[in-house]
Amino acid sequence: MSSAPLHDPLAPPVTGATTEVRYTTCYMCACRCGIRVHLRNGEIRYIDGNPDHPLNGGVICAKGSSGIMKQYSPARLTKPLRRKQDSERGAGEFEEISWEETFSILAERLGKVRATDPKKFALFTGRDQMQALTGMFARQFGTPNYAAHGGFCSVNMAAGMIYTIGGSFWEFGGPDLERSRLFIMIGTAEDHHSNPLKVSLSKFKREGGRFISINPVRTGYSAIADEWVPIRPGTDGALFLAIIHEIIKLGLYDREFLVRYTNSGELVNLDAAHDEFGMFVRTEVPEEEGCYDPQNKLWWDRNTNKPVITHSEGADPFLRGEFKLPDGTPVKPAFQLLQDRVEEYTPEWAEGITGISADTIRRLAHEMGITARDQKIELPIAWTDSWGKEHETVTGNPVSFHAMRGLAAHSNGFHTIRALSILMTMLGTIDRPGGFRHKTPFPRPIPPCARTPNDPRAVQPNTPLDGMPLGWPSDPDDLFVNADGSPVRIDKAFSWEYPLSAHGLMHNVITNAWRGDPYKIDTLLLFMANMAWNSSMNTTEVRKMLTDKEESGEYKIPFIVVCDAFHSETTAFADLVLPDTTYLERHDVMSMLDRPISEFDGPVDAVRIPVMPPTGECKPFQEVLIELGTRLKLPAFVTQDGQRKYRDYPDFIVNWETAPGSGIGFLSGWRGKGGEKSMRGEPNPNQWEMYAKNNCVHHEVLPRSYQYMRNWNKGYLEWSQRNGITRYAEPILIHLYSEVLQKFRLAAQGKGLTRQPPKNLAKRVETYFDPLPFYYEPLETQTSDKRKYPLSALTQRPMAMYHSWDSQNAWLRQIHSHNYLYVNAQTARNIDINDGDWIWCESQWGKVRCMVRYSEAVEPGTVWTWNAIGKAAGAWNLTPQANESQQGFLLNHLISEELPPQPDGSRYSNSDPVTGQAAWYDVRVRIYKTAEGEPEQTSPQFEPMKKYPGMKDAPNWLAYFGGGRKKGGAK
Amino acid sequence: MTQLALVIDLNVCVGCHACVTSCKEWNTSGSAGPLCDERPYDENPTGTFFNRVQTYEIGTFPNSETLHFPKSCLHCEDPPCVPVCPTGASYKRKEDGIVLVDYDKCIGCKYCSWACPYGAREFDEKQKVMKKCTLCVDRIYDMSMPEADRKPSCVKACPTNARLFGDIHDPESAVSKAIREDGGYALMPEWGTHPSNHYLPRRKTKVKIHEDELERADNPLKLDQQLPKPDKDQSTMDDVSAW
Repeated sequence: MSSAPLHDPLAPPVTGATTEVRYTTCYMCACRCGIRVHLRNGEIRYIDGNPDHPLNGGVICAKGSSGIMKQYSPARLTKPLRRKQDSERGAGEFEEISWEETFSILAERLGKVRATDPKKFALFTGRDQMQALTGMFARQFGTPNYAAHGGFCSVNMAAGMIYTIGGSFWEFGGPDLERSRLFIMIGTAEDHHSNPLKVSLSKFKREGGRFISINPVRTGYSAIADEWVPIRPGTDGALFLAIIHEIIKLGLYDREFLVRYTNSGELVNLDAAHDEFGMFVRTEVPEEEGCYDPQNKLWWDRNTNKPVITHSEGADPFLRGEFKLPDGTPVKPAFQLLQDRVEEYTPEWAEGITGISADTIRRLAHEMGITARDQKIELPIAWTDSWGKEHETVTGNPVSFHAMRGLAAHSNGFHTIRALSILMTMLGTIDRPGGFRHKTPFPRPIPPCARTPNDPRAVQPNTPLDGMPLGWPSDPDDLFVNADGSPVRIDKAFSWEYPLSAHGLMHNVITNAWRGDPYKIDTLLLFMANMAWNSSMNTTEVRKMLTDKEESGEYKIPFIVVCDAFHSETTAFADLVLPDTTYLERHDVMSMLDRPISEFDGPVDAVRIPVMPPTGECKPFQEVLIELGTRLKLPAFVTQDGQRKYRDYPDFIVNWETAPGSGIGFLSGWRGKGGEKSMRGEPNPNQWEMYAKNNCVHHEVLPRSYQYMRNWNKGYLEWSQRNGITRYAEPILIHLYSEVLQKFRLAAQGKGLTRQPPKNLAKRVETYFDPLPFYYEPLETQTSDKRKYPLSALTQRPMAMYHSWDSQNAWLRQIHSHNYLYVNAQTARNIDINDGDWIWCESQWGKVRCMVRYSEAVEPGTVWTWNAIGKAAGAWNLTPQANESQQGFLLNHLISEELPPQPDGSRYSNSDPVTGQAAWYDVRVRIYKTAEGEPEQTSPQFEPMKKYPGMKDAPNWLAYFGGGRKKGGAK
Repeated sequence: MTQLALVIDLNVCVGCHACVTSCKEWNTSGSAGPLCDERPYDENPTGTFFNRVQTYEIGTFPNSETLHFPKSCLHCEDPPCVPVCPTGASYKRKEDGIVLVDYDKCIGCKYCSWACPYGAREFDEKQKVMKKCTLCVDRIYDMSMPEADRKPSCVKACPTNARLFGDIHDPESAVSKAIREDGGYALMPEWGTHPSNHYLPRRKTKVKIHEDELERADNPLKLDQQLPKPDKDQSTMDDVSAW
């Protein structure tokens, strides 16, 4: 044979092909990277990162690169489906119906609900990225029963940080690794803002930055950490408090920063008999109390040894000490109260809780404090602060942090995250180079101004809700409760049980609705949330609730509508299934009104533009809402005479404004009649085309003087105000000491001027609404027999998968087709469990059978697994033999959505008592070998799910070749 | 003579598998494609991938490291897979050193995969031919692409930029520099295969804190220190003595 190759590897594999490149935004996870979709003869040939996109700069992850397999997945739903009349819910027996019939069923049913009691309609959505629209639909409908998945995701992170520094990680801010010298990542955080974090972490490492990972488990990013500090789950708060203790003890805090930019120096009233006990002393109450901190608090000036108004020219407050006001009121600066608080939180104390040695804790504190103090950055950027003082430079203390669900998903997470925010503040790192930096529309006032109604009369038939369905309570009068203090919402959000539940409590909706506590509902509409599987705690019982009936034979939750693009476990429990499109088939906005993709240097929003036609009869959920809103004649969607206002979703996005003529809409780019305006301007009929021409993204780079110190940056705050981003341009002082929390505590103590909690909740509110962070053992752990259940069990998300929906992806499932329970090898050996053994993992709530994998990268008291790889048999159009259901397992079966009953029989959510954040990571377990003869199969098992009409058959072989038949080469 | 290769920086690889699937999606519809998958929605799915990432735990808790290790054909300078091929399908390109399989000559005998000490070859069970990493030979010379795109798909995708691509025979190239300056090494050099791909080891940043750095003259504690001042009404020596 000739030595010349026969196959020319450089020849185009398809000759004469029509090719095209289209730009849009990825949705294989929530990062929202810019992508280029390369089409060949109309099929997807390749998806890569858009090199001109500010978020990902051309890179793409494993998920983004597998978008093809999602687009052509056999798990796709393609037709509206109705549960067959003679079939039971959950059996998955459906018949196709038309969209017209679907809409008339929905409009008729929901029309009746709206005309009688709109709160009997509940709309809860998953990882949707369209909360501005879904929330608006709920509000227009008039129901308070709306939330997205934040309550079971990371609301503790949002609330803990926003109630402290006015901003938070992920969309709203993050570590400035470009300038940082020391980066500390705590807990599992890989899955949020992942590509940008990977990009910057790599650059950081290469530039010699030091990376410390504090985590019970060493995987993912922690692998490349310069140091791994294993910690026991749920004890991070103890660690932070001990670090704060050490930093105060050694004077390693940034005093100048604390004085000027936080409430550290403000004097707190310590007259226990006073109604204002624990509140800041005020000089006067301004006539107009807005949603901001009025500048009417006092410092005790070191120079004159007298109380003065904060930020008085020439004054410098004592941060420590105890003083008496002229009227005899005893006061202390907030900082002194913090010092008093952390007095007992010594490194030795924390060692016993966290499992980290006191020496290591001290060293961590020293590294943070000394790096922040001695490696200062001075950028030659002149700026003016809110008090009119001109600064020639911006200072940075280059220590940064990142954390997400690892801290958030504990019932003590809110205070843990408050402690972290305070630590970041003490190091002087907030919105400064090398530290934490905000992203527009943050920072916002503490708390942000959005409020829910505070009165049940806000819910009226045929009327929009009088207030936002979700918001940020600033005191007990903002709670959404009835006169007797009971919750108005189905999930009990914004009630005395979970007062600051800014993202709702989706994880309790099904249980509450099933039990009729606080009331029964009529229709539950779920969008893109797998509540019959991995998005629910206590999955087995929740599935039963979905099919449970009244004595009358009616389902306890009478009507369930599920909108999803795929054959998820939850679709089987629907009475009506609405087939959604994929991200490649629809218009979408990553809006400033929702969670945009802003950068540190300025606001960014983005769009998706369809690159493929919808499959089958799939319809984007946005179009469903617009159509339904129009048919129900919700005021935002119809003209005054009741006619259709918006042709479709793209038309709605272009023309809707927050108020007539406000110039503020969903998209901030190319506003104004000719697209000449940014942020604010008249609707532009060609806005979509202009986004399309510009990489589908709008990025306004702010002047450098507006890029830092934004809590107190006059220029930035006024820019923000001019552009309608915020109503107030007042400085946003960091809440080292939280008056908001103290107001709730006062109410619980029967003091203060606000309304007060019901008696049975007073103690709970008083305990957890502490104005300073404190450590307590997670609530579930407190109720667990720790000798019987000696291990903590955790989950985390693998980087190659996002939630549950990637098991249908033929490529990604080859990376993770099933999960193991990872156990410290010595822990396992001690109880005679071998690597690969089948075991039972059991909590006080239930047990699962699964396989063990030894690990040297997990601390001895923790077991963990990858989340959401385990599937119900047959779900996602996998065969019933697929590994996901036979070897894969779901830890959710071990986790309860509620804590054990109170003495009076009532049950609290298994959540943080401040925010209602689902406490996924609090569960305690034991593990033991299965008995001889038990099947080598995960337990529990469920009846295999059926395929629905309109779904493709899953092939036995896949030989994907996008866009035509290949000429030559491998056959 | 040019020898194209990858240099993979284990110091920054977080094991995200971007290289695995971006390779798969490019190559399944390219010159080497399709890359078939068997039982894609059934039990034990398995398919052809040119890149795989393995994760290892090294040492014993708590002194353990987790290492993500991306693996693909190393494009050896002396590739043992070439001489064993009975049909000449397995060959090394003179112009750039890329080791390729000529699918039109391959008879699927698998000698090459037995000869490869790195397990880098991937037999396509559907097409019955041997496949492997081509360094995206059908991208890097495609002049219809912008220059920035003329790189292997995995290199372009990698979020941590852990994959460097270039000519290791050019001492001025970024890859040669990385090998030279950051301790680049080849896998199993004892086999004499002279792998072209190299790996960069973990590099740790440590800090030393001197005790005297904990104390500073401008310690803020001093400013807030208030020495106790007794009440003026309290008794003093003035009450009893006039000296």
